[in-house]
Amino acid sequence: MTGGAAPIIEIRDLSFSYEPGAPILTHVNLTLEAGKSGCIVGPNGGGKSTLLRLLLGLLTPSSGTIRIFGETPVAARSRIGYMPQYHQLDAAFPVTVLEVALMGRLRRGFWGRYTRRDREAAVAALSEVGVQSLANSSFAALSGGQRQRVLIARALACEPDLLLLDEPTANIDPGAEEQFYGTLNCLRKRMTVLTVSHDLGFVNKEIDLVICVNRNLTVHQAAHFDAATADAVYHHEVNLIRHDHSCFCNCAQHEGEEERARREEKGTRR
Amino acid sequence: MTAGEFFQALLFQPEMAFLRNALWMAALSSVAVGVVGTMVVTRRIASLGGAISHVALGGVGAALFLQRVCAFYWCSATLGAVAGALFAALLVGIVSMYAKEREDTIINAVWALGMSVGLLFLDRTPGTIEWQSYLFGSILLLTEADLWMVTVLDVVVLVPTLLFYNNLLAMSFDGTFAELRGVKVRLIYPALLALTALTIVLLINVVGIILVIALLTLPAATAGCYTRHLWSMMLLSGILNWIFVTAGLLASFWLRVSSGPAIVVLAGSAYIISLALSARLGKRN
Repeated sequence: MTGGAAPIIEIRDLSFSYEPGAPILTHVNLTLEAGKSGCIVGPNGGGKSTLLRLLLGLLTPSSGTIRIFGETPVAARSRIGYMPQYHQLDAAFPVTVLEVALMGRLRRGFWGRYTRRDREAAVAALSEVGVQSLANSSFAALSGGQRQRVLIARALACEPDLLLLDEPTANIDPGAEEQFYGTLNCLRKRMTVLTVSHDLGFVNKEIDLVICVNRNLTVHQAAHFDAATADAVYHHEVNLIRHDHSCFCNCAQHEGEEERARREEKGTRR
Repeated sequence: MTAGEFFQALLFQPEMAFLRNALWMAALSSVAVGVVGTMVVTRRIASLGGAISHVALGGVGAALFLQRVCAFYWCSATLGAVAGALFAALLVGIVSMYAKEREDTIINAVWALGMSVGLLFLDRTPGTIEWQSYLFGSILLLTEADLWMVTVLDVVVLVPTLLFYNNLLAMSFDGTFAELRGVKVRLIYPALLALTALTIVLLINVVGIILVIALLTLPAATAGCYTRHLWSMMLLSGILNWIFVTAGLLASFWLRVSSGPAIVVLAGSAYIISLALSARLGKRN
Protein backbone atom coordinates (compact mmCIF):
# COMPACT_ATOMS: atom_id res chain seq x y z
CA MET A 1 0.00 0.00 0.00
CA THR A 2 1.42 3.36 -1.00
CA GLY A 3 0.55 6.79 0.33
CA GLY A 4 3.04 6.96 3.22
CA ALA A 5 1.71 8.50 6.37
CA ALA A 6 -1.25 10.22 4.73
CA PRO A 7 -4.60 8.56 5.44
CA ILE A 8 -6.43 7.12 2.45
CA ILE A 9 -9.30 9.52 2.94
CA GLU A 10 -9.31 12.62 5.09
CA ILE A 11 -12.37 14.86 5.16
CA ARG A 12 -12.28 18.00 7.31
CA ASP A 13 -15.33 20.03 8.22
CA LEU A 14 -16.97 19.45 4.86
CA SER A 15 -20.31 21.01 3.99
CA PHE A 16 -22.17 20.76 0.74
CA SER A 17 -25.39 22.11 -0.69
CA TYR A 18 -26.75 22.32 -4.23
CA GLU A 19 -28.59 25.53 -3.36
CA PRO A 20 -28.06 27.94 -0.47
CA GLY A 21 -30.09 27.15 2.64
CA ALA A 22 -30.62 23.49 1.73
CA PRO A 23 -27.55 21.67 3.04
CA ILE A 24 -27.09 18.07 2.00
CA LEU A 25 -24.05 17.48 4.18
CA THR A 26 -22.95 19.64 7.12
CA HIS A 27 -19.67 19.66 9.08
CA VAL A 28 -18.60 16.20 8.01
CA ASN A 29 -15.32 14.78 9.29
CA LEU A 30 -13.90 11.41 8.31
CA THR A 31 -10.52 9.74 8.41
CA LEU A 32 -10.00 6.36 6.78
CA GLU A 33 -6.56 4.93 7.47
CA ALA A 34 -4.69 2.68 5.08
CA GLY A 35 -5.76 -0.95 5.27
CA LYS A 36 -9.17 -0.23 6.79
CA SER A 37 -12.36 -0.82 4.92
CA GLY A 38 -15.61 1.02 5.38
CA CYS A 39 -19.25 0.89 4.50
CA ILE A 40 -21.28 4.04 4.05
CA VAL A 41 -24.88 3.49 5.14
CA GLY A 42 -27.84 5.77 5.63
CA PRO A 43 -31.38 6.41 4.45
CA ASN A 44 -32.14 7.31 0.85
CA GLY A 45 -31.65 11.01 0.37
CA GLY A 46 -29.36 11.24 3.37
CA GLY A 47 -26.37 12.25 1.25
CA LYS A 48 -24.62 8.93 0.51
CA SER A 49 -24.34 9.44 -3.21
CA THR A 50 -23.47 13.11 -2.77
CA LEU A 51 -20.58 12.07 -0.52
CA LEU A 52 -19.46 9.59 -3.17
CA ARG A 53 -19.52 12.24 -5.90
CA LEU A 54 -17.53 14.59 -3.65
CA LEU A 55 -14.92 11.87 -3.08
CA LEU A 56 -14.59 11.41 -6.84
CA GLY A 57 -14.19 15.15 -7.40
CA LEU A 58 -17.35 15.29 -9.50
CA LEU A 59 -18.74 17.85 -7.03
CA THR A 60 -16.84 20.58 -5.19
CA PRO A 61 -17.43 21.09 -1.45
CA SER A 62 -19.23 24.28 -0.43
CA SER A 63 -16.72 24.47 2.42
CA GLY A 64 -14.13 22.24 4.03
CA THR A 65 -11.56 19.97 2.40
CA ILE A 66 -11.23 16.43 1.08
CA ARG A 67 -7.85 14.77 0.73
CA ILE A 68 -7.40 11.36 -0.84
CA PHE A 69 -3.88 9.90 -0.53
CA GLY A 70 -3.01 13.44 0.61
CA GLU A 71 -4.10 14.90 -2.73
CA THR A 72 -7.23 16.56 -4.08
CA PRO A 73 -9.88 14.11 -5.32
CA VAL A 74 -9.26 15.12 -8.95
CA ALA A 75 -5.51 14.51 -8.62
CA ALA A 76 -6.12 11.17 -6.91
CA ARG A 77 -8.54 9.85 -9.55
CA SER A 78 -6.00 7.64 -11.28
CA ARG A 79 -5.65 5.63 -8.04
CA ILE A 80 -9.39 5.22 -7.46
CA GLY A 81 -11.47 2.44 -8.98
CA TYR A 82 -15.13 3.40 -9.18
CA MET A 83 -18.12 1.15 -9.75
CA PRO A 84 -21.47 2.83 -10.49
CA GLN A 85 -24.81 1.04 -10.31
CA TYR A 86 -25.40 -0.74 -13.58
CA HIS A 87 -28.87 0.69 -14.13
CA GLN A 88 -27.33 4.14 -14.52
CA LEU A 89 -25.99 2.89 -17.86
CA ASP A 90 -27.73 2.27 -21.18
CA ALA A 91 -28.82 -1.36 -21.15
CA ALA A 92 -28.82 -1.66 -24.96
CA PHE A 93 -25.38 -0.16 -25.62
CA PRO A 94 -23.39 -2.13 -28.24
CA VAL A 95 -20.32 -3.16 -26.28
CA THR A 96 -18.80 -6.46 -25.16
CA VAL A 97 -17.79 -7.43 -21.64
CA LEU A 98 -14.08 -7.29 -22.47
CA GLU A 99 -14.47 -3.84 -24.01
CA VAL A 100 -16.12 -2.61 -20.81
CA ALA A 101 -13.33 -4.03 -18.64
CA LEU A 102 -10.73 -2.42 -20.91
CA MET A 103 -12.21 1.00 -20.17
CA GLY A 104 -10.55 0.68 -16.77
CA ARG A 105 -7.22 0.80 -18.62
CA LEU A 106 -7.78 4.17 -20.26
CA ARG A 107 -5.04 6.55 -19.36
CA ARG A 108 -4.55 10.23 -19.62
CA GLY A 109 -2.93 9.68 -22.98
CA PHE A 110 -3.68 11.47 -26.20
CA TRP A 111 -4.60 8.32 -28.12
CA GLY A 112 -6.15 5.99 -25.60
CA ARG A 113 -4.71 2.87 -27.32
CA TYR A 114 -4.67 -0.43 -25.42
CA THR A 115 -1.54 -2.56 -25.15
CA ARG A 116 -1.24 -6.31 -24.67
CA ARG A 117 -0.57 -5.61 -20.98
CA ASP A 118 -3.89 -3.75 -20.80
CA ARG A 119 -5.74 -6.71 -22.28
CA GLU A 120 -4.12 -9.09 -19.81
CA ALA A 121 -5.07 -6.83 -16.91
CA ALA A 122 -8.66 -6.59 -18.13
CA VAL A 123 -8.97 -10.37 -18.50
CA ALA A 124 -7.40 -10.88 -15.06
CA ALA A 125 -9.92 -8.47 -13.54
CA LEU A 126 -12.77 -10.36 -15.20
CA SER A 127 -11.47 -13.67 -13.81
CA GLU A 128 -11.18 -12.17 -10.36
CA VAL A 129 -14.94 -11.55 -10.21
CA GLY A 130 -15.71 -14.81 -12.01
CA VAL A 131 -17.02 -13.59 -15.36
CA GLN A 132 -14.04 -14.32 -17.64
CA SER A 133 -16.14 -16.82 -19.61
CA LEU A 134 -18.42 -13.96 -20.64
CA ALA A 135 -15.58 -11.82 -22.03
CA ASN A 136 -16.90 -11.88 -25.59
CA SER A 137 -20.56 -11.65 -24.69
CA SER A 138 -22.60 -8.57 -25.31
CA PHE A 139 -22.94 -6.48 -22.14
CA ALA A 140 -26.61 -6.01 -23.03
CA ALA A 141 -27.24 -9.77 -22.85
CA LEU A 142 -26.11 -10.14 -19.22
CA SER A 143 -28.23 -10.36 -16.08
CA GLY A 144 -28.17 -7.50 -13.58
CA GLY A 145 -25.81 -9.31 -11.25
CA GLN A 146 -23.42 -10.18 -14.08
CA ARG A 147 -23.37 -6.57 -15.28
CA GLN A 148 -22.57 -5.42 -11.76
CA ARG A 149 -19.64 -7.85 -11.65
CA VAL A 150 -18.33 -6.62 -14.98
CA LEU A 151 -18.43 -3.07 -13.64
CA ILE A 152 -16.42 -4.19 -10.60
CA ALA A 153 -13.93 -5.80 -12.99
CA ARG A 154 -13.69 -2.51 -14.87
CA ALA A 155 -12.89 -0.74 -11.58
CA LEU A 156 -10.30 -3.43 -10.73
CA ALA A 157 -8.68 -3.09 -14.14
CA CYS A 158 -7.66 0.41 -13.03
CA GLU A 159 -5.38 -1.37 -10.50
CA PRO A 160 -6.63 1.03 -7.84
CA ASP A 161 -5.46 1.62 -4.28
CA LEU A 162 -8.96 2.68 -3.30
CA LEU A 163 -12.07 0.93 -4.56
CA LEU A 164 -15.39 2.83 -4.37
CA LEU A 165 -18.44 0.61 -4.85
CA ASP A 166 -21.91 2.11 -5.18
CA GLU A 167 -24.55 -0.37 -3.95
CA PRO A 168 -22.69 -3.51 -5.09
CA THR A 169 -25.22 -5.99 -3.69
CA ALA A 170 -28.36 -4.25 -4.91
CA ASN A 171 -28.64 -6.53 -7.93
CA ILE A 172 -26.83 -9.70 -6.95
CA ASP A 173 -28.94 -12.85 -7.07
CA PRO A 174 -29.27 -14.35 -3.58
CA GLY A 175 -27.38 -17.49 -4.61
CA ALA A 176 -24.35 -15.56 -5.78
CA GLU A 177 -24.25 -13.31 -2.74
CA GLU A 178 -21.99 -15.51 -0.58
CA GLN A 179 -19.48 -15.89 -3.37
CA PHE A 180 -19.62 -12.19 -3.95
CA TYR A 181 -18.85 -11.37 -0.32
CA GLY A 182 -15.93 -13.77 -0.58
CA THR A 183 -14.58 -11.87 -3.57
CA LEU A 184 -14.90 -8.56 -1.76
CA ASN A 185 -13.17 -9.91 1.32
CA CYS A 186 -10.24 -11.00 -0.84
CA LEU A 187 -10.04 -7.56 -2.40
CA ARG A 188 -9.96 -5.92 1.03
CA LYS A 189 -6.63 -7.60 1.71
CA ARG A 190 -5.09 -5.80 -1.26
CA MET A 191 -6.72 -2.41 -1.28
CA THR A 192 -8.97 -0.09 0.66
CA VAL A 193 -12.58 -0.79 -0.16
CA LEU A 194 -15.27 1.78 0.55
CA THR A 195 -18.79 0.65 -0.15
CA VAL A 196 -22.04 2.56 -0.28
CA SER A 197 -24.99 0.44 0.69
CA HIS A 198 -28.45 0.78 2.08
CA ASP A 199 -28.36 -2.95 2.76
CA LEU A 200 -27.33 -3.58 6.35
CA GLY A 201 -26.66 -7.19 5.49
CA PHE A 202 -23.60 -5.84 3.85
CA VAL A 203 -22.09 -4.81 7.17
CA ASN A 204 -20.23 -7.96 8.07
CA LYS A 205 -17.24 -8.79 10.17
CA GLU A 206 -14.77 -7.96 7.42
CA ILE A 207 -15.67 -4.30 7.55
CA ASP A 208 -13.81 -2.06 9.99
CA LEU A 209 -15.87 1.10 9.93
CA VAL A 210 -19.57 1.75 9.53
CA ILE A 211 -20.05 5.29 8.29
CA CYS A 212 -23.57 6.58 8.85
CA VAL A 213 -24.52 9.45 6.61
CA ASN A 214 -27.64 11.48 7.13
CA ARG A 215 -26.68 15.09 6.61
CA ASN A 216 -24.19 14.58 9.41
CA LEU A 217 -21.76 11.73 9.49
CA THR A 218 -21.01 9.38 12.34
CA VAL A 219 -18.37 6.68 12.29
CA HIS A 220 -18.78 3.46 14.24
CA GLN A 221 -16.25 0.73 14.71
CA ALA A 222 -17.87 -2.21 12.98
CA ALA A 223 -17.23 -4.54 15.91
CA HIS A 224 -18.98 -2.18 18.23
CA PHE A 225 -21.76 -1.64 15.77
CA ASP A 226 -22.28 -5.40 15.52
CA ALA A 227 -22.55 -5.91 19.22
CA ALA A 228 -25.11 -3.21 19.64
CA THR A 229 -27.28 -3.79 16.66
CA ALA A 230 -26.50 -6.99 14.81
CA ASP A 231 -29.30 -9.00 16.37
CA ALA A 232 -31.87 -6.41 15.58
CA VAL A 233 -30.51 -6.11 12.09
CA TYR A 234 -30.19 -9.74 11.16
CA HIS A 235 -33.32 -11.01 12.81
CA HIS A 236 -35.55 -8.72 10.86
CA GLU A 237 -36.13 -8.37 7.20
CA VAL A 238 -33.41 -6.19 5.85
CA ASN A 239 -35.91 -4.64 3.52
CA LEU A 240 -37.82 -3.35 6.47
CA ILE A 241 -34.82 -1.77 8.00
CA ARG A 242 -33.48 -0.19 4.90
CA HIS A 243 -35.73 2.77 4.76
CA ASP A 244 -36.52 3.43 8.36
CA HIS A 245 -33.20 2.72 9.90
CA SER A 246 -32.63 6.46 10.11
CA CYS A 247 -31.79 5.87 13.58
CA PHE A 248 -30.20 2.62 14.25
CA CYS A 249 -27.03 4.57 14.89
CA ASN A 250 -28.41 7.73 16.45
CA CYS A 251 -26.83 9.84 13.83
CA ALA A 252 -29.89 11.14 12.17
CA GLN A 253 -32.21 12.73 14.63
CA HIS A 254 -33.13 15.74 12.61
CA GLU A 255 -36.50 17.05 11.72
CA GLY A 256 -37.65 17.42 8.16
CA GLU A 257 -35.87 14.36 6.88
CA GLU A 258 -38.26 13.72 4.05
CA GLU A 259 -38.10 17.28 2.93
CA ARG A 260 -34.34 17.14 2.75
CA ALA A 261 -34.50 13.88 0.87
CA ARG A 262 -36.78 15.48 -1.64
CA ARG A 263 -34.43 18.43 -2.05
CA GLU A 264 -31.46 16.27 -2.67
CA GLU A 265 -33.30 14.18 -5.18
CA LYS A 266 -34.27 17.35 -7.00
CA GLY A 267 -30.71 18.59 -6.94
CA THR A 268 -29.15 15.46 -8.33
CA ARG A 269 -31.71 14.68 -10.97
CA ARG A 270 -30.48 15.07 -14.50
CA MET B 1 -38.16 1.60 -70.32
CA THR B 2 -36.72 -1.71 -69.17
CA ALA B 3 -34.29 -2.05 -66.31
CA GLY B 4 -31.41 -2.59 -68.75
CA GLU B 5 -32.20 0.54 -70.70
CA PHE B 6 -32.60 2.47 -67.49
CA PHE B 7 -29.17 1.53 -66.17
CA GLN B 8 -27.55 2.26 -69.51
CA ALA B 9 -29.17 5.68 -69.52
CA LEU B 10 -28.15 6.20 -65.91
CA LEU B 11 -24.51 5.52 -66.67
CA PHE B 12 -24.09 7.40 -69.92
CA GLN B 13 -26.75 9.99 -70.67
CA PRO B 14 -25.76 13.58 -69.82
CA GLU B 15 -29.34 14.43 -68.85
CA MET B 16 -29.15 11.76 -66.14
CA ALA B 17 -26.31 13.58 -64.36
CA PHE B 18 -28.71 14.65 -61.60
CA LEU B 19 -29.44 11.03 -60.71
CA ARG B 20 -25.77 10.05 -60.91
CA ASN B 21 -24.92 12.86 -58.50
CA ALA B 22 -27.70 11.77 -56.21
CA LEU B 23 -26.42 8.19 -56.16
CA TRP B 24 -22.88 9.38 -55.46
CA MET B 25 -24.33 11.41 -52.63
CA ALA B 26 -26.03 8.30 -51.26
CA ALA B 27 -22.71 6.47 -51.14
CA LEU B 28 -20.54 9.31 -49.88
CA SER B 29 -22.91 10.52 -47.17
CA SER B 30 -23.09 7.00 -45.73
CA VAL B 31 -19.69 7.34 -44.07
CA ALA B 32 -20.60 10.41 -42.02
CA VAL B 33 -24.14 9.23 -41.38
CA GLY B 34 -23.00 5.79 -40.20
CA VAL B 35 -20.59 7.21 -37.64
CA VAL B 36 -22.57 10.23 -36.47
CA GLY B 37 -25.94 8.46 -36.55
CA THR B 38 -24.57 5.70 -34.31
CA MET B 39 -23.27 8.26 -31.83
CA VAL B 40 -26.58 10.13 -31.84
CA VAL B 41 -28.52 6.91 -31.19
CA THR B 42 -26.23 5.50 -28.49
CA ARG B 43 -25.86 8.83 -26.69
CA ARG B 44 -29.62 9.39 -27.05
CA ILE B 45 -29.32 12.90 -28.37
CA ALA B 46 -31.79 12.61 -31.27
CA SER B 47 -33.89 15.45 -29.86
CA LEU B 48 -30.79 17.64 -29.84
CA GLY B 49 -30.35 16.74 -33.50
CA GLY B 50 -33.96 17.74 -34.20
CA ALA B 51 -33.39 21.13 -32.62
CA ILE B 52 -30.15 21.59 -34.60
CA SER B 53 -31.84 20.82 -37.93
CA HIS B 54 -34.64 23.29 -37.33
CA VAL B 55 -32.27 26.06 -36.25
CA ALA B 56 -30.43 25.37 -39.50
CA LEU B 57 -33.60 26.56 -41.26
CA GLY B 58 -33.39 29.73 -39.17
CA GLY B 59 -29.84 30.13 -40.51
CA VAL B 60 -31.01 29.62 -44.09
CA GLY B 61 -33.73 32.26 -43.67
CA ALA B 62 -31.35 34.77 -42.11
CA ALA B 63 -28.70 34.15 -44.79
CA LEU B 64 -31.12 34.61 -47.71
CA PHE B 65 -32.52 37.74 -46.07
CA LEU B 66 -29.03 39.20 -45.64
CA GLN B 67 -28.13 38.24 -49.19
CA ARG B 68 -31.15 39.74 -50.91
CA VAL B 69 -32.18 42.60 -48.62
CA CYS B 70 -28.88 43.74 -47.14
CA ALA B 71 -26.86 42.89 -50.27
CA PHE B 72 -24.35 40.62 -48.53
CA TYR B 73 -23.90 38.55 -51.68
CA TRP B 74 -21.46 36.12 -50.10
CA CYS B 75 -24.13 35.03 -47.66
CA SER B 76 -25.37 31.80 -49.21
CA ALA B 77 -28.08 29.47 -47.93
CA THR B 78 -25.51 26.74 -47.21
CA LEU B 79 -23.39 29.14 -45.17
CA GLY B 80 -26.51 30.14 -43.24
CA ALA B 81 -27.43 26.51 -42.59
CA VAL B 82 -23.93 25.67 -41.36
CA ALA B 83 -23.79 28.76 -39.12
CA GLY B 84 -27.29 28.11 -37.75
CA ALA B 85 -26.58 24.44 -37.09
CA LEU B 86 -23.25 25.12 -35.35
CA PHE B 87 -24.83 27.86 -33.24
CA ALA B 88 -27.63 25.47 -32.27
CA ALA B 89 -25.11 22.73 -31.44
CA LEU B 90 -23.31 25.10 -29.08
CA LEU B 91 -26.59 26.14 -27.49
CA VAL B 92 -28.05 22.67 -26.96
CA GLY B 93 -24.64 21.43 -25.82
CA ILE B 94 -24.56 24.02 -23.05
CA VAL B 95 -28.18 23.26 -22.17
CA SER B 96 -27.65 19.49 -22.00
CA MET B 97 -24.49 19.82 -19.91
CA TYR B 98 -25.68 22.42 -17.41
CA ALA B 99 -29.48 22.60 -17.35
CA LYS B 100 -30.42 20.24 -14.56
CA GLU B 101 -34.13 20.53 -15.09
CA ARG B 102 -36.35 21.31 -18.03
CA GLU B 103 -33.69 20.22 -20.51
CA ASP B 104 -36.35 18.84 -22.84
CA THR B 105 -38.43 22.02 -22.63
CA ILE B 106 -35.45 24.22 -23.47
CA ILE B 107 -34.45 21.97 -26.38
CA ASN B 108 -38.00 22.10 -27.73
CA ALA B 109 -38.05 25.89 -27.40
CA VAL B 110 -34.80 26.14 -29.39
CA TRP B 111 -36.28 23.74 -31.97
CA ALA B 112 -39.48 25.79 -32.50
CA LEU B 113 -37.76 29.19 -32.30
CA GLY B 114 -35.18 28.23 -34.94
CA MET B 115 -37.82 27.12 -37.39
CA SER B 116 -40.07 30.14 -36.75
CA VAL B 117 -37.27 32.67 -37.10
CA GLY B 118 -36.33 31.06 -40.41
CA LEU B 119 -39.87 31.23 -41.76
CA LEU B 120 -40.26 34.88 -40.67
CA PHE B 121 -37.04 35.84 -42.45
CA LEU B 122 -38.22 34.02 -45.57
CA ASP B 123 -41.53 35.96 -45.43
CA ARG B 124 -39.62 39.25 -45.66
CA THR B 125 -37.15 38.06 -48.30
CA PRO B 126 -38.02 39.10 -51.85
CA GLY B 127 -37.76 36.77 -54.84
CA THR B 128 -38.80 33.16 -55.16
CA ILE B 129 -37.48 30.81 -52.54
CA GLU B 130 -37.47 27.05 -52.89
CA TRP B 131 -38.38 26.65 -49.26
CA GLN B 132 -39.87 23.26 -49.99
CA SER B 133 -36.45 21.99 -50.95
CA TYR B 134 -35.20 22.82 -47.45
CA LEU B 135 -38.15 21.14 -45.80
CA PHE B 136 -38.26 18.05 -48.02
CA GLY B 137 -34.79 17.84 -49.54
CA SER B 138 -33.37 18.46 -52.97
CA ILE B 139 -31.15 15.50 -53.65
CA LEU B 140 -31.92 15.73 -57.35
CA LEU B 141 -30.52 19.28 -57.51
CA LEU B 142 -27.04 18.41 -56.23
CA THR B 143 -23.89 19.79 -57.84
CA GLU B 144 -20.37 18.41 -57.90
CA ALA B 145 -19.41 20.98 -55.27
CA ASP B 146 -21.87 19.35 -52.89
CA LEU B 147 -20.20 16.00 -53.45
CA TRP B 148 -16.79 17.47 -52.64
CA MET B 149 -18.13 18.97 -49.45
CA VAL B 150 -19.48 15.59 -48.37
CA THR B 151 -16.13 13.99 -49.03
CA VAL B 152 -14.39 16.55 -46.83
CA LEU B 153 -16.97 15.97 -44.09
CA ASP B 154 -16.39 12.20 -44.30
CA VAL B 155 -12.68 12.73 -43.66
CA VAL B 156 -13.37 15.16 -40.80
CA VAL B 157 -15.71 12.63 -39.16
CA LEU B 158 -13.77 9.44 -39.85
CA VAL B 159 -10.21 10.40 -38.92
CA PRO B 160 -10.87 11.44 -35.29
CA THR B 161 -13.23 8.49 -34.84
CA LEU B 162 -10.49 6.05 -35.85
CA LEU B 163 -7.83 7.83 -33.80
CA PHE B 164 -9.82 8.25 -30.59
CA TYR B 165 -12.12 5.23 -30.87
CA ASN B 166 -11.45 3.92 -27.34
CA ASN B 167 -12.06 7.29 -25.75
CA LEU B 168 -15.20 7.77 -27.80
CA LEU B 169 -16.51 4.34 -26.82
CA ALA B 170 -15.81 4.92 -23.12
CA MET B 171 -17.43 8.35 -23.21
CA SER B 172 -20.59 7.16 -24.91
CA PHE B 173 -20.96 4.13 -22.66
CA ASP B 174 -20.31 5.86 -19.34
CA GLY B 175 -19.37 9.54 -19.46
CA THR B 176 -18.71 9.78 -15.73
CA PHE B 177 -16.30 6.86 -15.66
CA ALA B 178 -14.52 8.11 -18.78
CA GLU B 179 -14.07 11.51 -17.16
CA LEU B 180 -12.64 9.85 -14.04
CA ARG B 181 -10.12 8.02 -16.25
CA GLY B 182 -8.97 11.32 -17.72
CA VAL B 183 -10.91 11.30 -21.01
CA LYS B 184 -11.59 14.89 -22.02
CA VAL B 185 -15.36 14.46 -22.07
CA ARG B 186 -15.92 18.20 -21.94
CA LEU B 187 -13.97 18.58 -25.19
CA ILE B 188 -15.19 15.49 -27.04
CA TYR B 189 -18.89 16.05 -26.41
CA PRO B 190 -19.06 19.55 -27.97
CA ALA B 191 -16.92 18.30 -30.87
CA LEU B 192 -19.38 15.45 -31.38
CA LEU B 193 -22.28 17.92 -31.42
CA ALA B 194 -20.49 20.10 -33.96
CA LEU B 195 -19.94 17.09 -36.24
CA THR B 196 -23.59 16.14 -35.75
CA ALA B 197 -24.56 19.66 -36.83
CA LEU B 198 -22.47 19.45 -40.01
CA THR B 199 -23.83 16.00 -40.85
CA ILE B 200 -27.37 17.29 -40.39
CA VAL B 201 -26.74 20.17 -42.81
CA LEU B 202 -25.45 17.65 -45.31
CA LEU B 203 -28.50 15.42 -44.89
CA ILE B 204 -30.88 18.36 -45.29
CA ASN B 205 -29.88 18.20 -48.96
CA VAL B 206 -30.87 14.56 -49.10
CA VAL B 207 -34.22 14.38 -47.28
CA GLY B 208 -34.91 17.88 -45.95
CA ILE B 209 -35.29 19.26 -42.44
CA ILE B 210 -38.48 17.41 -41.60
CA LEU B 211 -37.02 13.95 -42.20
CA VAL B 212 -33.36 14.51 -41.43
CA ILE B 213 -33.45 13.06 -37.92
CA ALA B 214 -35.24 9.99 -39.22
CA LEU B 215 -32.51 9.37 -41.76
CA LEU B 216 -29.77 10.04 -39.22
CA THR B 217 -31.14 7.65 -36.60
CA LEU B 218 -33.09 4.88 -38.36
CA PRO B 219 -30.14 3.12 -40.06
CA ALA B 220 -28.16 3.26 -36.80
CA ALA B 221 -31.07 2.03 -34.71
CA THR B 222 -31.60 -0.82 -37.19
CA ALA B 223 -27.89 -1.69 -37.08
CA GLY B 224 -28.09 -1.68 -33.28
CA CYS B 225 -30.42 -4.69 -33.44
CA TYR B 226 -27.72 -6.83 -35.05
CA THR B 227 -24.38 -5.67 -33.64
CA ARG B 228 -22.51 -5.86 -30.35
CA HIS B 229 -19.66 -3.44 -30.94
CA LEU B 230 -19.85 0.30 -31.48
CA TRP B 231 -17.61 0.04 -34.54
CA SER B 232 -19.68 -2.67 -36.17
CA MET B 233 -22.82 -0.65 -35.50
CA MET B 234 -21.21 2.31 -37.28
CA LEU B 235 -20.17 0.14 -40.21
CA LEU B 236 -23.53 -1.60 -40.62
CA SER B 237 -25.45 1.63 -40.20
CA GLY B 238 -23.35 3.23 -42.96
CA ILE B 239 -24.06 0.30 -45.28
CA LEU B 240 -27.77 0.33 -44.44
CA ASN B 241 -27.93 4.08 -45.04
CA TRP B 242 -26.37 3.59 -48.46
CA ILE B 243 -28.89 0.88 -49.32
CA PHE B 244 -31.89 2.86 -48.08
CA VAL B 245 -30.97 6.08 -49.87
CA THR B 246 -30.07 4.33 -53.11
CA ALA B 247 -33.14 2.12 -53.13
CA GLY B 248 -35.36 5.03 -52.11
CA LEU B 249 -33.99 7.19 -54.92
CA LEU B 250 -34.46 4.53 -57.56
CA ALA B 251 -37.93 3.72 -56.27
CA SER B 252 -38.94 7.37 -56.32
CA PHE B 253 -37.64 7.72 -59.86
CA TRP B 254 -39.45 4.60 -60.98
CA LEU B 255 -42.73 5.27 -59.17
CA ARG B 256 -42.64 9.06 -59.66
CA VAL B 257 -42.95 9.90 -55.97
CA SER B 258 -40.87 12.20 -53.73
CA SER B 259 -37.47 10.78 -52.87
CA GLY B 260 -37.19 11.91 -49.21
CA PRO B 261 -40.34 10.15 -47.98
CA ALA B 262 -39.53 7.07 -50.09
CA ILE B 263 -36.11 6.80 -48.41
CA VAL B 264 -37.53 7.25 -44.92
CA VAL B 265 -40.34 4.74 -45.48
CA LEU B 266 -37.71 2.13 -46.41
CA ALA B 267 -35.49 2.96 -43.44
CA GLY B 268 -38.42 3.08 -41.01
CA SER B 269 -39.87 -0.24 -42.18
CA ALA B 270 -36.47 -1.92 -41.87
CA TYR B 271 -36.20 -0.62 -38.31
CA ILE B 272 -39.66 -1.81 -37.26
CA ILE B 273 -39.03 -5.24 -38.78
CA SER B 274 -35.64 -5.52 -37.07
CA LEU B 275 -37.13 -4.53 -33.74
CA ALA B 276 -39.81 -7.18 -34.10
CA LEU B 277 -37.21 -9.79 -35.09
CA SER B 278 -34.87 -9.01 -32.21
CA ALA B 279 -37.76 -9.01 -29.76
CA ARG B 280 -38.68 -12.48 -31.05
CA LEU B 281 -35.22 -13.94 -31.10
CA GLY B 282 -33.86 -12.13 -28.08
CA LYS B 283 -30.49 -10.41 -28.15
CA ARG B 284 -27.92 -13.01 -29.02
CA ASN B 285 -24.82 -13.41 -26.88
